Amino acid sequence: MTETRPFVEIRHAKKSYGSLEVLKDISLTVDRGEIVAIIGPSGSGKSTLLRAINDLDPLTGGEVILDGTQVNKALPHRQYEKHINQMRQQIGMVFQHFNLFPHLTVRDNVVMAPKLLKGISEDAAQKLAEEQLAHVGMLERIDYYPSQLSGGQKQRVAIARALAMKPKLMLFDEATSALDPELVEEVNQVMKTLAQEHMTMIIVTHEMEFAADVCDRVIFMDGGVVVEEGPPSIVFQNPTQPRTRDFLRKHLSQYEKEK
Amino acid sequence: MDVDLILRVYPYFLEAAVVTIELSVLTILLGLLCGAAGAWARLSRFALLRFAGAAYVSVFRGTPALIQLFLLYFGGPQVGIQLDAFEAGVIGLGVNIGAYMTETMRGAIVAVDHGQGEAARTLGLSRAQSFRKVVLPQALRLMIRPLGVNINAQIKGTALVAAISVVELTYTAQRYIGSTYKPFEMFLLAGVLYLIIITVVGKGISFLDRRVRLQ
Repeated sequence: MTETRPFVEIRHAKKSYGSLEVLKDISLTVDRGEIVAIIGPSGSGKSTLLRAINDLDPLTGGEVILDGTQVNKALPHRQYEKHINQMRQQIGMVFQHFNLFPHLTVRDNVVMAPKLLKGISEDAAQKLAEEQLAHVGMLERIDYYPSQLSGGQKQRVAIARALAMKPKLMLFDEATSALDPELVEEVNQVMKTLAQEHMTMIIVTHEMEFAADVCDRVIFMDGGVVVEEGPPSIVFQNPTQPRTRDFLRKHLSQYEKEK
Repeated sequence: MDVDLILRVYPYFLEAAVVTIELSVLTILLGLLCGAAGAWARLSRFALLRFAGAAYVSVFRGTPALIQLFLLYFGGPQVGIQLDAFEAGVIGLGVNIGAYMTETMRGAIVAVDHGQGEAARTLGLSRAQSFRKVVLPQALRLMIRPLGVNINAQIKGTALVAAISVVELTYTAQRYIGSTYKPFEMFLLAGVLYLIIITVVGKGISFLDRRVRLQ
């Protein structure tokens, strides 16, 4: 069966805090298996947009639709809770500061949600933990606590934790921004592996090189609007908008210097 | 200092210390219950519950515990509340310390990093599940030490019930002063016994805190 609708669809997303408009009528779509980077200066609204996709930061207007179901449905409290918990089980999210559960081992970080929400057995949970941790190269740390891991290792466990729910879509909110430079690569590697496995991913990032390397499409946001979007080869090499050129000049030159 | 007198009366003081310990345990248990209910109310989604929790805290922290105790024990019968002195002491002081514990528990829950609950919700956990499995286990660890401060204050606070004639340590000291005219020895003995109880409990709390602390 061919899909007539996009996998992720954001329609007229608006978000304001009082009189401050953070998102100004944004519409965009993401196809199944597509990897999209959202770039832009701080305060451009890119994280807010990402966090609106699983309704962590609810929109003040507009719709988010995942695989034909509206995520941010207006429902009475109890029904909304049930609905949003269902939706969030299908949307993995990785945070800048990892947010691993410090009172749980790496194993329990990964399997707590599947055990609680899918009622899987102890045996199945053990297998799931091993499988997911092997996937991110963290199997040998299964019995450690988060405090015993480096930043890069924490983030890899956080990715395994999100993947253990078998999500349809993964959201990355500046997943490498809090890491020491030498730890960025190991997390990028894991994300590249996911890309090769055709996971649908929306990635908010400051790393232009990674975006150019891995993503099918780049979205440049500024001031709460999408200024420019397209394949990385075009957006990075031949941006049409002056604001995009401005932003890239600063960030790419920085990257050139580092090289 | 009359050491012989101390040696003669200390068994009676030990008996009284047992009453002080009973009072402490019961008031602290009641305080923890009231504190948990108060914290839950103060963090509720419902404005009415939040208001009730805040009112509880401000009334019981805003008036002397002694006045609350007198109101309950002496004023209670006037409005149909008949309690013996021990019962009035437990209820009066338990509800009082509960107001302080409300703030301790609320503070510990609020102090858990916001990203923790967010990460749990993102995985699809309900509000209740994310509180029970992620926020509360971390908050409990954070609240041990500050609750220890409340507990320390409460053990000493049980001395107030001497004012309504519960035969605990302070009251016993006062009674023996009446017959021996030796306030220095009697208060010193009572003070040492309080110090022993407080030190043991304090050590216990420190031990518990070290055992469960997260790096």
